[in-house]
Amino acid sequence: MVLSNGKGIGKVIFSSSLGTLIEWYDFYIFGMLAKTISIQFFPEGNDTAALLSTLAIFAAGFLVRPFGALVFGRLGDMIGRKSTFLFTLVLMGGSTFLIGLIPGYRTIGIAAPLLVLLLRLIQGLALGGEYGGAATYVAEHSPVNRRGYYTSWIQTTATLGLFVALGVIMLVKSNMTDASFTSEWGGWRYPFWISILLVIVSIYIRLKMSESPLYTKLKKEGKASLNPLKESFGNKGNFKMVLLALFGAVMGQGVVWYTGQFYAQSFLENTAKIEFMQNREIMLWGIGLATPFFLVFGALSDRIGRKWIMLSGMLLGVIFYRPIFNTFLKDTNIKEWKKMEGNATPTIISKEILKVDSTQIGNELVQVTHSKIKWQSQQGTGFTETRADTILNSEATQGLTKEDTKPVFADKILSAPMKWKFISLVFVMILFVTMAYAPIAAFLVELFPTRIRYTSMSLPYHIGNGVFGGLVPFIATLLSAGSPTDPLVGLWYPILIAALCVVIGTFYLSNKIDKNIND
Amino acid sequence: MIKKLNMNSIKKIMGFFWMILAPVVIYLLIKAAIQNIDSTGTKDINKPVPWIIIITIFTPIAIGLMIFGYYSLKGEYDHLPRSSDDL
Repeated sequence: MVLSNGKGIGKVIFSSSLGTLIEWYDFYIFGMLAKTISIQFFPEGNDTAALLSTLAIFAAGFLVRPFGALVFGRLGDMIGRKSTFLFTLVLMGGSTFLIGLIPGYRTIGIAAPLLVLLLRLIQGLALGGEYGGAATYVAEHSPVNRRGYYTSWIQTTATLGLFVALGVIMLVKSNMTDASFTSEWGGWRYPFWISILLVIVSIYIRLKMSESPLYTKLKKEGKASLNPLKESFGNKGNFKMVLLALFGAVMGQGVVWYTGQFYAQSFLENTAKIEFMQNREIMLWGIGLATPFFLVFGALSDRIGRKWIMLSGMLLGVIFYRPIFNTFLKDTNIKEWKKMEGNATPTIISKEILKVDSTQIGNELVQVTHSKIKWQSQQGTGFTETRADTILNSEATQGLTKEDTKPVFADKILSAPMKWKFISLVFVMILFVTMAYAPIAAFLVELFPTRIRYTSMSLPYHIGNGVFGGLVPFIATLLSAGSPTDPLVGLWYPILIAALCVVIGTFYLSNKIDKNIND
Repeated sequence: MIKKLNMNSIKKIMGFFWMILAPVVIYLLIKAAIQNIDSTGTKDINKPVPWIIIITIFTPIAIGLMIFGYYSLKGEYDHLPRSSDDL
């Protein structure tokens, strides 16, 4: 039995998507506030705290998330979808709220980072269990010709969760000073506290939902799986489909998703050095404008099949990542900005001497002046230049100034047309995400039988997204260490993984939509 | 029919490649870990814990890739199941 009437399925989609969106929001705010959290809970110079910090970052995404997929996938196939993904929501919301209540390291010492680590691991566990349940639940309510479209609503939640998290943090931050935001009980805690309100509303809505009709039928007939893990991974026929899902679809989708949404933001902030608020504004617009395309490609996949839409998204990423990121770099090159003429010429608006270091070397007094210069043009562009110029004072040199050849530029503000160009490029990358990601829930649901669907689809999904996607920044740092002169070298990892996935997907996957998911 | 036959032959050849690729990936990861772990470094790639976690999680994934290659070589992916009864 499926719900073909708009009202019934609308409720199912809304209640499932809202909870999943909140879980993504909860998971992201920790990552986005990592710097502040680190100051409060993982102070520098303390080895134990540093170890706990590393564990909180790496173990939650890489180890615990796939483990959560196994734990909750098994539960979802044994006791039902509804109660399982209700439980993951409570776990996620509860741990997020509690992170916001933990006193800082200065107040309770090592207990603070220990508690944060524990709660972060619970977050990873809960996230591992949520998505598979929501996607399965919606798909099992959907009519066959609309399965891609209806499940694509679930697919919007990961991006919308990021959008809401960015928006809430920007809103809180713009209403207080940096000091008020980062203090021990400062504004950074508000996004964590807000979560509890969202979770309560979502729990209330989810409690009113009924169990998936396909699962209820299965349970009534006594056909529910008694050992989903064994049936999913011990049965060769099913296991080979788990491997195919991972290497032929989710692995590539994971890196495309991560590169478009997270690596782009980090690249604009840390490599292109765009000012904090403008960087977020660019991301918010790009994400906001592209999000409806999840629904477009979800619906399209019901007509033309899932395979080629997903693989096209990955292939476009493979082709266009380097040109797009190269444009980010070229357009934020200050040397080019300084050459501009007319209203675009930047002029100095303030200069601050940070410190002067003096050293006597023989007869010569060497002075190094560290200064911070703010530049701005009439067009609205601006940047900060931090430089260290050396003045040599001796009879021979007589105050000769050696200008810093490698000044550091930061807080770059783009002109309005340039900002919209960057928004368009981010939009294009999110468009690739929507192509690769929108049909994936329907694709995974159709690959596995009802009795072990939750378990079988959750593991490849979380390995693809959590491990392959989550590794993008780590491997990028690794590649940069090997080729420090090439700022785009980090892109080779997502490009190669996505290309590999396109090859496997092209040759191994079928484009046929499985009409009967009742079996 | 000929097209299908060719596709299946390509899958078999690729299967061999996947089987080789898996241990190569693990070897490269271990090599990169040895080269980059450095107690004086400050980046994540210089710390042993991320490497331990990544190699721990990647080893079963690489074994999965080898099995995928093996199945491919044996023709397990020549015909995908049409319904759950075929699994």
